[in-house]
Amino acid sequence: MSAVPLLKVNDVSKFYGSRIGCRNVSFELWPGEVLAIVGESGSGKTTLLSCLSTRLMPSSGIVEYHMRDGQYRDLARMSEAERRFLMRTDWGFVHQNPADGLRMTVSAGANVGERLMAVGDRHYGNIRATAADWLRRVEIEEDRIDDQPRSFSGGMRQRLQIARNLVTSPRLVFMDEPTGGLDVSVQARLLDLVRGLVHDLGLSAIIVTHDLAVARLLSHRMMVMKDGLVIEQGLTDRVLDDPREPYTQLLVSSILQV
Amino acid sequence: MATPLVVSEVAKSFTMHLRDGIRLPVVNGVSFSVKKGECVVLGGPSGVGKSSILKMLYGNYAVDAGQILIEHQGRLVDLAHAAPRAVLEVRRDTLGYVSQFLRVVPRVSALDVVAEPLLARGVEQAAAREKAAGLLAKLNLPRELWQLPPATFSGGEQQRVNIARGFITDHAILLLDEPTASLDATNRRVVVEMIAAKKAEGVALLGIFHDEEVRDAVADRILDVSAFSPRKAAA
Repeated sequence: MSAVPLLKVNDVSKFYGSRIGCRNVSFELWPGEVLAIVGESGSGKTTLLSCLSTRLMPSSGIVEYHMRDGQYRDLARMSEAERRFLMRTDWGFVHQNPADGLRMTVSAGANVGERLMAVGDRHYGNIRATAADWLRRVEIEEDRIDDQPRSFSGGMRQRLQIARNLVTSPRLVFMDEPTGGLDVSVQARLLDLVRGLVHDLGLSAIIVTHDLAVARLLSHRMMVMKDGLVIEQGLTDRVLDDPREPYTQLLVSSILQV
Repeated sequence: MATPLVVSEVAKSFTMHLRDGIRLPVVNGVSFSVKKGECVVLGGPSGVGKSSILKMLYGNYAVDAGQILIEHQGRLVDLAHAAPRAVLEVRRDTLGYVSQFLRVVPRVSALDVVAEPLLARGVEQAAAREKAAGLLAKLNLPRELWQLPPATFSGGEQQRVNIARGFITDHAILLLDEPTASLDATNRRVVVEMIAAKKAEGVALLGIFHDEEVRDAVADRILDVSAFSPRKAAA
């Protein structure tokens, strides 16, 4: 177990005018840890994810990231170029809608290869071989490598988006409702895949989801949000088996049993 | 230290906010310890809090008061107050749990479900699968099921997968929540032998067994949980 957190979040708030996005959120994320942020729509979970991943600037508070050189950097004080580089190499962001994270009009292989080029890979043969290997890992037939994701099913697109994000061996991956629009059978496949990859690669991940079963399966730790505030957090098993707050109890008791 | 698990003055209640904040006391003043190579069985009628005690020890239930001291890698960890990542570390290396029901993960084969705790500790996949296969064979799970996800297995088959998963590591403490409830006599005897082997290795075991035959075969002592029942204290 590594001795320092990968991400330190201190008192982060985001206001949209007078409206609250999220308020006074603090936590630390450790290497290899998967954190689920749950809550209903409008609870602030996506706003928080955006603040953490520099897609939005927090109104107040500090997010610090442990860079590969061992230094902590305040994300808000980085230059735009540095942030972009981080996003393209050491981080991944898996969108709910794969079209937001993929280039729909270039080939599947190029979607994966583009991230490799961002980290300096220039050898076409190597890039193509790595891309093919990643397609296999996310269970996409290799003969689809030259096809555009437009011709892929929703589940395939989502797996391709995951391959694109993980090919650079990021240390931190943000996921916004990664199984959101998928059929349950496709969801199961994706969950199993993400679970295996997170374990094999030792990734840290922050996953926003409203699906408590997804949180149970993937996350070690959970934060429950309501009205922009984190109202309960802890070990995922604990939060789901012994919810303490009224709202968490309502969420857990609302799960449909199959 | 010969006492890897010490529970001291633990109390637990549930507050049901959806039912007007009604407060249900579960247990109070739970104090006991389990020594190396000892198997302690939690006794008492249904609903007295036996499973709740196991769930607190494993970190699935929060603890209102008291301490749960676990010897973990040469130091003491108070699980009642430990951070989530500390709880996970203790689970990975020191504290095992065989729950009553298997939580199945879609698409993961029975063999890999069993091997997973070893993989989490960095054992090579081939070695982990070999050990998993050995345990499933010992528990008489038909070989043709090993490569299938256990979702469609019978209760007894799932339970055997669960037992194999719990017994595969050399964790120093093992919690057992009715591991033999849906097993036939042959497999119950296998589990009794496996528990005896764990005891011989110096593992501290704490369990719930409703089956008297199994209980008598494995228990070094029985701890009556009704002594910790707040309802009894009130009466």
